[in-house]
Amino acid sequence: MDKFNSIGNQYKAIVIGGSAGSFQVINKILSSLPRDFELPIIMCLHRLRHVRNGFVEALNIKSNIEIKEPLDKESIKKNSIYLAPANYHLGVDIGNTFALSTDDLVNNSRPSIDILLQTASYVYKHKLVGILLSGANRDGASGMQKIAERGGLTVIQDPKDCLIDTMPASALKLTTIDYSLNTDGIIEFLLALDKSIKSVALLKNE
Amino acid sequence: MIQEIEITQLRTLTELIKTRFNYDFGNYAMSSFKRRIQRILELYKFSSFDALLEKINTCDKKYFQDFISEITVNVTEMFRDPSFWVELRENILPNLLMDNQTISIWHAGCSSGEEVYSMAITLKELDCLEKVRIVATDVDMAILQKAREGAYSIKNMELNAKNYERAKGAFSIDKYYKEQNGKAMMDKSLVKDVIYREHNLVSEVSFGKFDLILCRNVMIYFNQALQNQVLKVFHESLFKNSYLIVGSKESLIWCEIANKFTVVNNEEKVYKKTKE
Repeated sequence: MDKFNSIGNQYKAIVIGGSAGSFQVINKILSSLPRDFELPIIMCLHRLRHVRNGFVEALNIKSNIEIKEPLDKESIKKNSIYLAPANYHLGVDIGNTFALSTDDLVNNSRPSIDILLQTASYVYKHKLVGILLSGANRDGASGMQKIAERGGLTVIQDPKDCLIDTMPASALKLTTIDYSLNTDGIIEFLLALDKSIKSVALLKNE
Repeated sequence: MIQEIEITQLRTLTELIKTRFNYDFGNYAMSSFKRRIQRILELYKFSSFDALLEKINTCDKKYFQDFISEITVNVTEMFRDPSFWVELRENILPNLLMDNQTISIWHAGCSSGEEVYSMAITLKELDCLEKVRIVATDVDMAILQKAREGAYSIKNMELNAKNYERAKGAFSIDKYYKEQNGKAMMDKSLVKDVIYREHNLVSEVSFGKFDLILCRNVMIYFNQALQNQVLKVFHESLFKNSYLIVGSKESLIWCEIANKFTVVNNEEKVYKKTKE
């Protein structure tokens, strides 16, 4: 895990965006995370607008941490994984809470990855990690740009590892990306990040 | 590209609007309010945030009404969340009508009126449209006019038809509109007794008593303090044992007077007022 030695420990949250071709990837990531994974993970995955049930249940089969679709105004908690609900945009608001919206489609999507990434980076600034996975449109690219501008950490699924690479490739074109990793690399990265975060917590306890 | 809007700038804007026009956006949820302002800057091609401030400082009432229309989110569909409409058709309305000769319904934040038509169609198919008094309100006068006109984009009717079908509608939605000049003209007889009126949830008080209030995906644009205040208005506007419905991902649990309501159906966010 040497290559991730320099990851800071200032991070407060992780946002993940994914679309076509990302389901297997996300499943593998979720099944590889430890039960006590520290940082909140907030996911926006493109999904059918009018199918409210089934998706979160499907993801929960493999995940070690229970994934929830947050309610509006719900507090964002450590050691939790959240999924943007169908037909709502999911945003982060000041005060570490979720904000839902039924606003127009963005990049033909609701939920839109850009909205999650942009609102989260506005709140968490340099303390945010953004991860963009396989997908067939450009949603998420401008959100990754915002994360980079505010000093957050940007990670994409290596376009070569993607089923459909339009999404991470668009981000790569638009902004600086800290890491371009395959699925196993992303898992390794997240484990190293968790270790780094926990080492701080340990120090504080001593 | 316009600079990122800062929270302090938003505060200056909301203060100015409050002073000049007596509208209070100070308790709107920050993330979506900021996005709406960003959208206005781009739409009206303002060179900077200060240019918008200057405009609001000098503009007339007419311009401000247009501004309000742009701020409020008016994206909606007929029979949104079909499973809710099934619950309404099979449980809530029959329950209410069993106990009452006539009932009254308030659509709070009715937007362009799709939800009102969905309600009227449901009532008509239950053969009780005549027993129901409907009041539909919104803060945006322009959108109320749209609701009154009942002319919707044909392109949206495909989704509306699908929702209606999933909501176990008795017929086909075609029965309720005619295509005219590329618009779906709704059957006005459905809403002939509906009262459309301007009402600002943020600043106004209760104006009547209801058996059922629908306020779906409206309070998500308010912060917690404002939600508390609006819930008090709803509480005051409901008879005991009558219903309040919010959006499928909204919740009252964080509101101060949540204990005066009980959850009837958590999946569809149906609440009942159980305490005065």
